[in-house]
Amino acid sequence: MAYAEQAETEALHEPKSFLTKYIWSQDHKVIAIQYSLTALFVGVIAVVLSGLMRIQLGFPGTLEFMDASAYYQAMTMHGMIMVIYLLTALFLGGFGNYLIPLMVGARDMVFPYVNMLSFWFYLLAVVVLLSSFFVPGGPTGSGWTLYPPQSISQGTPGVEWGIVLMLVSLAIFIVAATMGGLNYVTTVLQARTHGMTLFRMPLSVWGIFMASIMALLAFPALFVSAVMMLFDKLLGTSFFMPAMISLGQQIDHQGGSPILFQHLFWFFGHPEVYIVALPAFGLVSDLISTHARKNIFGYRMMVWAIIAIGVLSFVVWAHHMYVSGMNPYFGFFFAVTTLIIAVPTALKVYNWVLTLWRGDIHLTVPMLFALAFIVTFLVGGLTGLFLGNVIVDIPLSDTYFVVAHFHMVMGVAPVLVVFGGIYHWFPKVTGRMLNDTLGKLHFWITFLGTYAIFFPMHYLGFQGMPRRYYVYENYAFIPQSAQELNAFITVIALIVGVSQLLFLFNLAWSAFKGKPAGSNPWGAASLEWQTPNTPPIHGNWGAKLPVVHRWAYDYSVPGIEQDFVPQTVSAEELEQMRQLSAGTKIADVKT
Amino acid sequence: MKRLLLRNADGADPGGSWSRDPGDTTEGADRSQIARVGLRLFLVVVSSLFFLFLFAFIARSQMADWLPLTDPLAPLANLWQLWLNSAFLVLSCIALQWSRMAARQARLDATVIGFALGGVFAIAFLVGQLWVWQQFVAWGYFVASNPANSFFYLLTGLHGLHLLGGLIAWSIIVAKFLHRVPLAQLGVSVELCTIYWHYLLGLWFVLFALLASTPETYEAIARFCGLR
Repeated sequence: MAYAEQAETEALHEPKSFLTKYIWSQDHKVIAIQYSLTALFVGVIAVVLSGLMRIQLGFPGTLEFMDASAYYQAMTMHGMIMVIYLLTALFLGGFGNYLIPLMVGARDMVFPYVNMLSFWFYLLAVVVLLSSFFVPGGPTGSGWTLYPPQSISQGTPGVEWGIVLMLVSLAIFIVAATMGGLNYVTTVLQARTHGMTLFRMPLSVWGIFMASIMALLAFPALFVSAVMMLFDKLLGTSFFMPAMISLGQQIDHQGGSPILFQHLFWFFGHPEVYIVALPAFGLVSDLISTHARKNIFGYRMMVWAIIAIGVLSFVVWAHHMYVSGMNPYFGFFFAVTTLIIAVPTALKVYNWVLTLWRGDIHLTVPMLFALAFIVTFLVGGLTGLFLGNVIVDIPLSDTYFVVAHFHMVMGVAPVLVVFGGIYHWFPKVTGRMLNDTLGKLHFWITFLGTYAIFFPMHYLGFQGMPRRYYVYENYAFIPQSAQELNAFITVIALIVGVSQLLFLFNLAWSAFKGKPAGSNPWGAASLEWQTPNTPPIHGNWGAKLPVVHRWAYDYSVPGIEQDFVPQTVSAEELEQMRQLSAGTKIADVKT
Repeated sequence: MKRLLLRNADGADPGGSWSRDPGDTTEGADRSQIARVGLRLFLVVVSSLFFLFLFAFIARSQMADWLPLTDPLAPLANLWQLWLNSAFLVLSCIALQWSRMAARQARLDATVIGFALGGVFAIAFLVGQLWVWQQFVAWGYFVASNPANSFFYLLTGLHGLHLLGGLIAWSIIVAKFLHRVPLAQLGVSVELCTIYWHYLLGLWFVLFALLASTPETYEAIARFCGLR
């Protein structure tokens, strides 16, 4: 029996109590909300940490507790939380969990129990990570890349407990991500409903699907490095630790290879960029198509570009290591692959712009965020071309140019999509609209503010301002203008940080008091908007699974009065709609 | 070119081999098929994990402080203990395969006996591996003494942990057999266990081959991979 038929006849882990409905839930929608709220919670902590860092950089000495150690600890935790515990968890665990079953027409993920475990492991990873704030010595301050030998050498903040908790937390997170990833991939492969071919799936699903495959293959590299570093730290092995003198003492290790760690870390670290970016690409494609009332331009090319980017992202990792002293031929190879990956990426940007071209653009809040994403990603992507070239990267390495680049391309750009996605799908999740005025205010402060923060950093980088310094006073090579720019950036960063309260307030208020949304407020064609109930009830589809007859991008179809055709409309129904529209027009002409 | 770019613009059904309707075929995915796909995906993840460990092994083996475990006076100069353990794991897989085939033919007794023997031999393998560890310690080959030792403990330990995870699943299925759950419901579980065991046997022989190889072999692999 095919899965789709079986799913119609079988009972589905029906929750029976408050605990099984909201806490130990196996429902993908509840798990998605649990993932999202947890990720937003740690995200707020990471934003607060960045505010503290900016106060230190803009107005040194203002915060008494902010010494070098505290600064490095804040920096490390900010980076790790943002990349792993916020963005990865939110895109895959949040959006992936909510959207995949609804968009492919399934009742739930194929392994609901494992899905539930995935969230609880994620929560455990977060608890372990945050517990490092409360242990002797505090969290690790070795930078989010955790490079040895520094990360486990005396003198680095958090060397006793912090680094151990960080590594253990990462290992737990990887277990959670693996359980989630197995679910997402298997659900897409095996649980699509009648008529939902792979080439009819919305690009959101394609992006999350490919990112999940990449996570399954890339996270083991982080796991390997975490386990081996834990061995070095706790058991005294020398996988990564070389012989060296630290604080005047000969350490017990010898012969280890720090470069080996860098290779393993970046074999995970670069695909990780695309694990975050590909879901963002997918979601933004759907936002643009829906709010421009136009089919996505070059759907198949978009799919192949997602696949190509996913594959290529595994052969570019060493462009993060140009200054590690690698063989020049290796540098040449990785520069070439880095430039090649720009081709499918640029193709996607062109296709978004061509989708907008002559579209009926509605400047809704989700659309504003989607447009802002294109602009921000473009800037971040172009500076990536600079840094991908060895000869340009070497002078710019470890300057604020790099900080500007990666914040634009994988910090701000995906976060804009997160916001856009939440504004877009919130009505489906809660049945209520987010407040539009607050949303627009939040958008403009965030978009213009992040530009004001990160755009000047390119200039600081060109001036040679190094990153990872906790204070820039008394350096002859850093001019006064850089100090003033730092103060300006700090003021803006604080405004942007505080303005996120608007978003949080909007979420909380609108969830209960927002305007009722109806089942399909944006007039979207994809399957998740065609559920019989909003918010969708347990099992999503009632007695019968939906049947899919077309792709998810039939907007402004000629001859149809309604400017979108849902995926569930058959050819016969479409013909009826055409005739009805023609009849209405004739009646209009007569009257 | 224009036609190619705009091919999907009219919303026509995309063709090609990826356009198969998942609900169209009678042999489409049922629950057991989903479990098989899930397990295979998991095995891909485990392969990725061990591949990266082996990459690290080869890279680290090229450092000057590496003391081979296969030297005449080192613990792996004589491999009889590891061969004995390997024999246990092979027997375990044979028993599980027998159980899987019996389950397909709905022979309950043979299924149960084969399945139980499979687990017992796997436990024997794990005990044997712990015995080898004990020998290492007795000879003064501690985990931190040398990177070759570290990798030996790390790789055999991780392989053992994966088998231990399999044994947890095995013991749950054994409990279901004891509670007289019908064979028709447990056939898929037996099959999944067997696939997992076969995979771990293959993985063990890869690890065994690598751990028992000489520094010259490591050097040749490192050269092939561009690590030297």
